[in-house]
Amino acid sequence: MAMGLAQRGHRTVVIDFDVGLRNLDLIMGCERRVVYDFANVINGEANLNQALIRDKRCEHLYVLPASQTRDKEALTQEGVARVLGELDTSYDYIVCDSPAGIEHGALMAMFFADDAVVVTNPEVSSVRDSDRMLGILASKSRRALENQEPIREFLLLTRYSPERVARGEMLGVDDVQEILSLNLLSVIPESQAVLNASNAGIPVILDNGSDAGQAYADMVARYLGEERPMRFLDTERKGLFSKLFGG
Amino acid sequence: MGLLDYFRSAAGAQKGSASVAKERLQILVAHDRAARDRPSYLPKLQQEILAVIRKYVEVDTDAVSVTYEQEETHEILELNIVLPDSAGRS
Repeated sequence: MAMGLAQRGHRTVVIDFDVGLRNLDLIMGCERRVVYDFANVINGEANLNQALIRDKRCEHLYVLPASQTRDKEALTQEGVARVLGELDTSYDYIVCDSPAGIEHGALMAMFFADDAVVVTNPEVSSVRDSDRMLGILASKSRRALENQEPIREFLLLTRYSPERVARGEMLGVDDVQEILSLNLLSVIPESQAVLNASNAGIPVILDNGSDAGQAYADMVARYLGEERPMRFLDTERKGLFSKLFGG
Repeated sequence: MGLLDYFRSAAGAQKGSASVAKERLQILVAHDRAARDRPSYLPKLQQEILAVIRKYVEVDTDAVSVTYEQEETHEILELNIVLPDSAGRS
């Protein structure tokens, strides 16, 4: 998503909040360029510009890696607030990549959010946890505590297999929506392209020939307010068929 | 006919797994949401009430149930205590 925003010319920084399990650098392909991390900046051991890694493929994208320390409290609320405030002055979008779960890192990632994208896959545990996260967003975030307008919540459904949905083996997008009822940004099909992309350290959105890459591009477009029809929801043959006959 | 039935039932069983998942989720999520809106002191309240009652009457640990409901204009806190038949007489 961060890459998608940056590709469209928005100055974007993506922050890894997964303290102790840093991986965003690996996914973004900049793991060998990490010198300082988020915790170093918070502790004043480095300044922001020293820690930010500029993406080699897109000049508008910067990565702030998580700390590999085992100390979960490395991210203090004041520290995070200060860093976000500093970034806010020079970037259009700050993407906070939250770890799964409701631990400190995740709470810090969501606390200052204006918008939240809940990423879930069509699996019972994932959908349930998403609902829990929504509850926390609605009660524990800064906007909630300060009685401001609530966080805008979006849904991103990943690892979707239209074939399995058609066979009744997987929760469909309608089923998930019936439970969570959020603004759906995109449905990412289960795709080999995703693993290929992470293997190579290239965000899948750059693979615009792939279904998953296009689905992510759609997501960014919709987030920015463009209307785009949902894709990759039907099995290929069925898609044509239902368009012709049922729709 | 046997073969057809087999395929039908197989398809039926598969239909089951997603719809079962949805059903289970709907119940669970509704339950979670109800719990979320409950005041956080409820379990402690229940525990303390139970402790007080047990000072005087031998009751089971599950004899006290506290339910909380939220209606449009007011909240209902319902307290239900089950006393054993011969409670307090011995």
